[in-house]
Amino acid sequence: MKYTRDPELIRKVLGKKVQFILGDMACVYGGILAGCSFFGGYPITPASEVAEGMARMLPRVKGTYMQMEDEIGSIAAVIGAAWGGAKSMTATSGPGFSLMMENYGYAVMTETPCVIVNVQRTGPSTGQPTLGAQGDMMQAKWGTHGDFEAIAFAPSTVQECIDFTLEAFNLAEKYRTPVCVMADGEIGHLRERVIIPDEKDLKLIERAPATIDKKKFIPFTNSQTRKSKVPDFPTFGTGYRTYVTGLTHNEKGFPATDKQKDHEKLVKRITSKISDDADKLVMVEEINLDDAEIAFVTYGATARPAESAMEMGRKKGIKIGLLRLKLAWPFPEKVIHKLAKEVDKIIVPEMNLGQIVHPVREYVNGECEVVSAPKIGGEMHLPNELFKYLEGK
Amino acid sequence: MAIKDLPDTECVIPGSAACPGCPATLGLRLVFKALGKNSIMVVPACCTAVIESLYPNTSFDIPVMNIAFEAAAAGASGVEAALRQQGKGDTTVVAWAGDGGTYDIGIQALSGALERNTNFIYICYNNQIYSNTGIQRSGATPYAAWTTTTVGGKTEFRKEMGEIIQAHHIPYVAQACVAYPEDLYKKVKKAKSMKGPKYIEILAPCPPGWRFGMEKTVEMGTLAVETGAWALYEYENDKMSFNGKSKLILEGKIKRKPVEEWIKYQGRFGHLFKPEKDVKRIKEIEDHIYQMWERYRSCYL
Repeated sequence: MKYTRDPELIRKVLGKKVQFILGDMACVYGGILAGCSFFGGYPITPASEVAEGMARMLPRVKGTYMQMEDEIGSIAAVIGAAWGGAKSMTATSGPGFSLMMENYGYAVMTETPCVIVNVQRTGPSTGQPTLGAQGDMMQAKWGTHGDFEAIAFAPSTVQECIDFTLEAFNLAEKYRTPVCVMADGEIGHLRERVIIPDEKDLKLIERAPATIDKKKFIPFTNSQTRKSKVPDFPTFGTGYRTYVTGLTHNEKGFPATDKQKDHEKLVKRITSKISDDADKLVMVEEINLDDAEIAFVTYGATARPAESAMEMGRKKGIKIGLLRLKLAWPFPEKVIHKLAKEVDKIIVPEMNLGQIVHPVREYVNGECEVVSAPKIGGEMHLPNELFKYLEGK
Repeated sequence: MAIKDLPDTECVIPGSAACPGCPATLGLRLVFKALGKNSIMVVPACCTAVIESLYPNTSFDIPVMNIAFEAAAAGASGVEAALRQQGKGDTTVVAWAGDGGTYDIGIQALSGALERNTNFIYICYNNQIYSNTGIQRSGATPYAAWTTTTVGGKTEFRKEMGEIIQAHHIPYVAQACVAYPEDLYKKVKKAKSMKGPKYIEILAPCPPGWRFGMEKTVEMGTLAVETGAWALYEYENDKMSFNGKSKLILEGKIKRKPVEEWIKYQGRFGHLFKPEKDVKRIKEIEDHIYQMWERYRSCYL
């Protein structure tokens, strides 16, 4: 069964334009809208519904749901499918994300476009499978070994599960790199109203295929047809010579395991292809920051009680604003530094013991006070708990 | 031995969160009647990890290590080695895992432990699905069965884990079923008496997973054996012997019931009967079982 992205069929399978659906299901919708045709899945709470949704819907748009033997298999199959020419994704939660780490790095090193949805639950280890957390934010950034640049979204609503999964595909294709959608158990298992975007409003980025003369093609270097550090993609079977390896490789893709210069050139290119665009990649929502003296910097589910706390504060005359990170990685360094110069205090609520607060501190760089507002154990912050931080605790 | 002769020992004490009619709890009770309290258990992610440890208590009366999904046999290897170092080799180390944790994610660790000749018992309670995460397909799910990830019925046949284990040529491999408690008890008892790696797989009909009434757990187990969908056997030092009704089926002394007699009670096969009977797929299931028994006969009769 040949897959081609068929907008009409996709609309037919997804159904009504306005729906009331689960966050996990919204990730399915986002993937299918983006043209995902392969899903490598493995059951894990609270992300199983993504696999189940894909198992039901993907075959109906002529895609393939493949249930793997574990999460190592899931991410590996997803990488294989990408090289075979598909847009591919998987979904998991903490323990599965940990198992994926080696191949996450493999996807980085081989410049493989793919999407990993992580519906975060509490950890370490098995933790609280049914309860949400944001404890893997640093893992997305640092979890696999070696130097790399991560791209990771943090949806705060079910609608954003659709939008960000779709956008994750765009960035994965644009930069030829794995992109994470760092949802959390709260959003993944939340039901909300969503609007399925119209076809005309979709901005889909497709991977740039290798098109030049096959003899002149160099697989792992700056694009030979565009001005970009992202090489053109030589899909398996299109006749372009490809040798894909996680070993350090030279421009031609051949192992160069004892060459310092080749390693430095390669890793600097695959990190700078993303970091060069860091300013363009900024995705934040700013609320009430114009006159703010205090600001919440937050993301994901936690942004919701933080917004309520902000409203409580505003009613009491406290000049409080909120900066929400839609894209957590690359980190919006300049935005944070600018904010630090404008406010007296930044409060960082997170459902972990303090992770994103660290880069916040780094880029605040002493310009204002930074307070961590952690909460763990699978319960979200209550607005009044966060309000107490506004009163100086 | 009769059921009334089973020891009173209970290592699984009341108060678990198991569903009514749960075969895992039934199997666990029987297993520990045979193993006794001088046992240490390693459990990966599976229903047992959750239902037997309901906050703030556990229903186990022995030490238990609830380990990562892929790691039961490897974790047990470490426990066994350390006990041996301390001269506590008489303690039984038992890994207890579901079919997902055995057939799929756990097979690497299991195969390694068997190859290293680890002195432990590995028990797979096989309910033919990932039940703990809400009924997804596993490598043990039979052909045509509905799960939440095989909505129209699974398109592949289950793998024969017992035969994969036999290829390791370990001292003892057995298949049992919760519907035959004396048989299960005897097999676990025998495994306990032997040195080296032992593998026992228990068919565990799961009411919510297979979609049958909670009062029918034992009946579903009995029918699985009587239809030949599941075989009771022992593979001891490379010698195969069949047990109970499976022995009679192998020897042709009784006729296997048609598989329809088993699957018609299970909602997971409901789509094979409604709106109209899917004769083709039912026959495919039947043929597969027939081929399995032909293979058994050619090898072991």
